[in-house]
Amino acid sequence: MEKIQFIALVQAYTGVGIGLMVGLGALGACVGVGVMCSRFLEGAARQPEMIPALQAKVFLLLGLIDASFIIGLGIGMFFAFANPLLGALR
Amino acid sequence: MAAEQELTPTSYIGHHLTFFEQPVGQGSFWTLNLDSLVTAVVLGVLGIGLLWWVVRGATSGVPNKRQAFVELACEFVDEQAKGIFQGDRRFIAPAALTVFVWVLLMNAMDFLPVDVTAWFYEHVLHLEHWRQVPTADVNTTFALSLSVWLLMIWFSIAVKGFGGWVHELFCSPFGANPLLWPANFAFNLVEYISKPLSHSLRLFGNMYAGEIIFLLLWMMAGAGIAGTIFAVPLGLAWAIFHILIVVLQAYIFMMLTIVYIAMAHESH
Repeated sequence: MEKIQFIALVQAYTGVGIGLMVGLGALGACVGVGVMCSRFLEGAARQPEMIPALQAKVFLLLGLIDASFIIGLGIGMFFAFANPLLGALR
Repeated sequence: MAAEQELTPTSYIGHHLTFFEQPVGQGSFWTLNLDSLVTAVVLGVLGIGLLWWVVRGATSGVPNKRQAFVELACEFVDEQAKGIFQGDRRFIAPAALTVFVWVLLMNAMDFLPVDVTAWFYEHVLHLEHWRQVPTADVNTTFALSLSVWLLMIWFSIAVKGFGGWVHELFCSPFGANPLLWPANFAFNLVEYISKPLSHSLRLFGNMYAGEIIFLLLWMMAGAGIAGTIFAVPLGLAWAIFHILIVVLQAYIFMMLTIVYIAMAHESH
């Protein structure tokens, strides 16, 4: 019975940790992308002839801004399905 | 999936995330993920081989559709390289094209539905586990980004000389005063470590998370009528979004390759 309680404890805290990782990462990524895209729209409205050049840069920056969030998501998924913290319990 | 193992959500996901491993020594460092290796090599040979074959039969007259397509790809990459690097592009642009085509093909393996291909791997090839997306394996993405990192260092030394490179390591960005050498070195160390790490983990994270979300959606679809009704539109939306991600991540990997190698040519 004891062991199940320990496992449940570790899994519960891991769950909270995953939620924080994904949630806070998504917050940062969305705010960043929103700011960048608002600047793009501003620039596109001022100079429509620059739209193709700026659009290429927008997609590149989108991927770069998303990077930390996706890395956090990957780590979160790793903890969700192959929790290494449980290994210490075995 | 093996019939003797009871099908639980964890075991379904765990089965689809297990590599086909081949140990060549003691410990997990010396275990090759044969599935990633073989798929990566096959896709590389196919992709670059196709480019080579089309170029071999190229004419300077009116091009046929295949040649026009390859020319389109080459010009696209060359335009990107020209915008970033104003020097001799004869190495950077082909390297970037290779990286782009190879990473794009490896990422595109994520489009194949895992349940169908698992049936193929198990019953036709008799393999218990096979991960078909090489770039969802952290080893592959690190191999690519460490190669770019080595190229970065190689070009730094080739352009500035070994002495010049060491001087830059210890004297930029703060100054040449010996008191500042530790600070400069720490700065440069962080830069040199974070570049390959972020380069590889960005690609890995996108592909790995994409695969897991696919698996979770298909698991939901297997959970009764309500699950299927919700999972089908969500799965469709995610699959369409993932097409964008696959191409975008290959493009970003290529752009960063060009940017890192171009930055190595600069001197402070």
